[in-house]
Amino acid sequence: MQEQDNRMEENWDQVIVPKGKLLDLNLKEVWRYRDLLWLFVKRDFVAQYKQTILGPVWHFIQPIFTTLMFLFIFGKIANIPTDGIAAIPFYMSGITIWNYFSACLTATSATFVANAGIFGKVYFPRLVLPLSTVMSNIIKFGIQFLLLLSVMIYYGFKTGHFHFGISWLLIPLLVLMMAGMGLGLGIIISSLTTKYRDFTVLLGFAVQLLMYATPVAYPLSFLKDKSYAAWVAWNPLSPIVESFRYALFGTGTLDVAGLLYSGGFILVALFFGALLFNKVERTFMDTV
Amino acid sequence: MPTVIKVENISKQYRLGNVGTGSLSHDINRTWHRMRGKEDPYLKIGEANNRAVKGNSEYVWALQDINFEVKQGEVLGIIGRNGAGKSTLLKILSRTTTPTTGQIKIKGRVASLLEVGTGFHPELTGRENIYLNGAILGMTKAEIKSKFDEIVDFAGVERYIDTPVKRYSSGMYVRLAFGVAAHLEPEILIVDEVLAVGDAEFQKKALGKMKDVSAKDGRTVLFVSHNMPAIKRLCSHGILLENGNITLNTDINTIVEHYLNYDKSEDCIPEAFFENSGKVLQVQSCQLLDQNLKLVTKYYDVNDKIILKVRYRFLEKIPRVNLTVIIYNSELETVYFLDRRDYYQQYAAVEAGEYESLIEIPNPLLKPGKYSVTIGCGNIENGEQDHKFYVLSFIISNVNLVRATRDGYLFLPLKWDLNIL
Repeated sequence: MQEQDNRMEENWDQVIVPKGKLLDLNLKEVWRYRDLLWLFVKRDFVAQYKQTILGPVWHFIQPIFTTLMFLFIFGKIANIPTDGIAAIPFYMSGITIWNYFSACLTATSATFVANAGIFGKVYFPRLVLPLSTVMSNIIKFGIQFLLLLSVMIYYGFKTGHFHFGISWLLIPLLVLMMAGMGLGLGIIISSLTTKYRDFTVLLGFAVQLLMYATPVAYPLSFLKDKSYAAWVAWNPLSPIVESFRYALFGTGTLDVAGLLYSGGFILVALFFGALLFNKVERTFMDTV
Repeated sequence: MPTVIKVENISKQYRLGNVGTGSLSHDINRTWHRMRGKEDPYLKIGEANNRAVKGNSEYVWALQDINFEVKQGEVLGIIGRNGAGKSTLLKILSRTTTPTTGQIKIKGRVASLLEVGTGFHPELTGRENIYLNGAILGMTKAEIKSKFDEIVDFAGVERYIDTPVKRYSSGMYVRLAFGVAAHLEPEILIVDEVLAVGDAEFQKKALGKMKDVSAKDGRTVLFVSHNMPAIKRLCSHGILLENGNITLNTDINTIVEHYLNYDKSEDCIPEAFFENSGKVLQVQSCQLLDQNLKLVTKYYDVNDKIILKVRYRFLEKIPRVNLTVIIYNSELETVYFLDRRDYYQQYAAVEAGEYESLIEIPNPLLKPGKYSVTIGCGNIENGEQDHKFYVLSFIISNVNLVRATRDGYLFLPLKWDLNIL
């Protein structure tokens, strides 16, 4: 009996130790909590539209107004060309994919601070929350993408020129890359903000500045021969936005090397994000 | 019975004070040491956690070298005064924070009843919240589905199940939340007394469920409480925590006895002050005064008025606040439970700010002896609360009266007519 007890005692379900392995993401556990992941996505979606009349339609308002603003400032005042694409679908396509990135980044970067109440009381794999944010923002992206499609169809009839080809297959990959980028950078920032809130303040205008360093309101081709073109080219978000337009409108060339560079950057961001997140999630309740 | 929890050399260090440039310099120094392969320089310092004494170090050990084992099916009582490290130990066991050193080995799923209602979203319906809350507590969708009817039944909210929980009465809300937690069926259950300050019905249900869990299903329970009669009734074995150390680990009767003596060894504690904990509502300070509003020095006479001065701090406007004072005798039995609502028939409404109460306990009422006082306040809307357990103690003296030696709880001599007919 004693022997049996001893043998059983070696089979521990969990061992709580001060510091985990450097990269102990416990994806198996995240998978076990997949129902929770899905329920969080559902919660975000349902709770957002309770007691609103227009509901998801609200997501149309922001891209429409931003597009009009860009049309006025970049199109009319600054006279920046739009790569042979009609101005409105040009701006709107940039805004749609950019919005998805910035929503993912902003929401995941608040993971620890915003959920301290739940995290302080019950354990579940913390990674579930940022993953669910990225997923629930896909719904918002989908709605804005539908708006973009209808605008493109309208312009298609107007000009008699439709572009619908194999390049559309790139779109899911590009969205996935944006999700990875938002998630990677977001969890890095969320880990840093648990102790020092300075980063929250920084993030607000960093996202705004980053948008101007990304070809959202202008095409990359416009920067040719300009001394600062390299800055925008080194921005790992640029190839994704440019490729998104290539996929949608079929103009320009596909920058495969640029996309590979972005992909590499995303992997590095995700890796460091996971590393930091994993370290911080264990003790953040003491400092948050 | 096999061991299901094995706690080995657990310590937990906290840094006091604010996070700012000071903590940044410590972080940098710590990283610098680690990069050179040296030990964390701040782990060597730190003091035992005694709230009452002002320390010199910024670092305190909330727990120090804790070792114990729990066998399957055992109900372990964890006893200690406020700040002895009970909550820290529970936090580590439920994995919401990690220890600074040491390790804990666990067999089976751990769930704690301090999680009641965690993650409830006011905009979601009862049905949606059952699923969400269940999943947060670690159940799969299929498990929740199989228990769904039972939970709804237990909570008695069939009619409201598709209504957002923000429309629920506070009672319905708590019942639903507890229903989910109670149907969790973990192998190891952690119960913190904090839940016992809910309403009486809830308390009974919680304790009843606990007994079921250990007796019927052979599950292991860790029970943290200040309620000595309940501890004695439910637990077989206990550990006593004092200033972050286990001072005793033995059968429950010895533990309780030791705890009560430890309590008695201190003289009258006439005042207590608490630092701003950041909670929305807090007990800020409390004092025992005599009839001239002077701090009581030694003891009260049976005929003296006892005046309790309590200051509260509210960081936000709270529409319904419940204020309580509980007086215990030396056996820690409740002698007098005071609830402000009993007199006013309604809860207090407060704005953000500091408030003061003078509570006058008329004497002669209590018998000579030693009493201790718990002071608490709670937000009725969301269950948030702040309780300071056994923070004050006082002695009522005057042994010269024959009445003082009589049995019973009350001193109060009363007029007794005897008329010849």
